Amino acid sequence: MYPATFEYHAPASVEEAISLLERYGDEAKLLAGGQSLIPLMKLRFASPRALVDVNRIEGLDSIGEDDGHLAIGALVRHKDCERSEALRGRYGVLGDAAPQISDPIVRNLGTVAGSLAHADPQGDWGSALLAAGAHVEAVGPGGTRTIELDELFQGPFTTCLEPTEVVTSVRVPDPGPRAGGTYLKLERKVGDFATVGVAVHVSLDNGTVRRAGIALTAVGPRNLRARTAEEALAGATLDDDTIREAAELAAEAAQPRSDHRGSADYKRNVVRVFTERGLRKAAETAQAA
Amino acid sequence: MTDTAVESGVLTRTLTVSVNGTGRSAEVENRLLLVHFLRETLGLTGTHVGCDTTSCGACTVLLDGVPVKSCTVLAVGVEGREITTVEGLAGAGGLSPVQEGFHQEHGLQCGFCTPGMMLASTALLAENPDPSEEEIRWALSGNICRCTGYQNIVKAVQYAAAKMKEEH
Ligand SMILES: Cc1cc2nc3c(=O)[nH]c(=O)nc-3n(C[C@H](O)[C@H](O)[C@H](O)COP(=O)(O)OP(=O)(O)OC[C@H]3O[C@@H](n4cnc5c(N)ncnc54)[C@H](O)[C@@H]3O)c2cc1C
Ligand code: FES
Ligand code: FES
Repeated sequence: MYPATFEYHAPASVEEAISLLERYGDEAKLLAGGQSLIPLMKLRFASPRALVDVNRIEGLDSIGEDDGHLAIGALVRHKDCERSEALRGRYGVLGDAAPQISDPIVRNLGTVAGSLAHADPQGDWGSALLAAGAHVEAVGPGGTRTIELDELFQGPFTTCLEPTEVVTSVRVPDPGPRAGGTYLKLERKVGDFATVGVAVHVSLDNGTVRRAGIALTAVGPRNLRARTAEEALAGATLDDDTIREAAELAAEAAQPRSDHRGSADYKRNVVRVFTERGLRKAAETAQAA
Repeated sequence: MTDTAVESGVLTRTLTVSVNGTGRSAEVENRLLLVHFLRETLGLTGTHVGCDTTSCGACTVLLDGVPVKSCTVLAVGVEGREITTVEGLAGAGGLSPVQEGFHQEHGLQCGFCTPGMMLASTALLAENPDPSEEEIRWALSGNICRCTGYQNIVKAVQYAAAKMKEEH
């Protein structure tokens, strides 16, 4: 399988990338890890007139603390996250998601930012980062804007990014010292997309929940936040009853469909079980901190 | 490095890369995939195409030492970088420890997955010279084998790890 022909540019800066995107209107696509875009182009589901390859842009490949946030550069690969010490403990929802994405070889190239921009409802980063309350920074001809993930994801494979915008970093607010989380994924085999995924991220303040993030993978037209469950947890202590109630609410928030990976009922049940398990693990980490 | 050479409408490029330690240069279509550059432009047919959909790992090569699926990488994207294919594994002294391990432990049957398996194994051992069985299975979980049941592949990597330790 060969992609259709295209023009190719490998700019050295974000500014240059934006001016190239402007030149092509909506006919160009950014290329990051290529692990979603190239397969789509080979199948001719996508045939952009030009590719703007961001891999030569320097300074986009680090993970670090920045101004009350954990900043993940646009060229940070899944594998970098899998190895990063910064994504354990308080940011365990991210560190636990990374090694469950695809397979080890795809993870060497695929990027976090590319996953978000791809907006696959079965993507794992979307849920992990929604639960963590992350936003992206997108730079376009008019400057930089901050986009909350809830606003970024518009529907299956659809975001609110303009064709001339480049995501430069993904930013996760510091959850404070007493925080924890995890990502649970049911997959049929290595490299498969989730049958169901649940991301849980909790921060505590004096023993009660300051903020809870719960997000669901592969059970809706986009990565979903289980808002009612999050609200039920806010201000509560993480005891058995609270956890079980939140898990029921998360299951209600899911919008699963029956397919070859399982029935809607089964998937809804998995959401409930995973939310319960995830909250127990998050509570354990946060309380131990 | 600014990119002013390419004008609108241009669909090819001159690509220069190092393949198995030798500089290679060719005029290629932008849409040419790395696997076809290796197999067709350079005639290095040791890199196989299995699924052609980023799933099987038969096309795995090393890009600056890191395993990637060459059916899902653009040749023009690797400009200036170093590629290692199965043809580059053996050194002046003969088979590499990983190749020797696959030979000694019968780590292959039909051999179709073997180049990708050996490159992924080589990258694993470069990073982790003493992997556990689980770490080996994990590192190779992006490479599919239809024949062996993986048992002897794991043994081949363990053989190579022991051999490399001996050599040091
Ligand atoms: C076999 C296989 C299995 C997989 N399994 C999983 C899985 O289990 N879970 C999972 O979550 N993912 C999975 N993936 C997808 C993988 O995680 C991709 O890496 C990811 O979806 C896209 O990241 P990328 O860097 O490769 O982006 P690309 O393919 O380069 O780009 C994807 C899209 O994002 C846009 N884009 C890229 N970077 C930017 C940017 N900086 N700003 C704006 N737009 C940008 C591109 O224009 C394109 O539209 C799998 C992929 C394969 C091939
Ligand atoms: S041929 Fe590339 S992964 Fe199967
Ligand atoms: S030896 Fe035949 S596919 Fe692995």
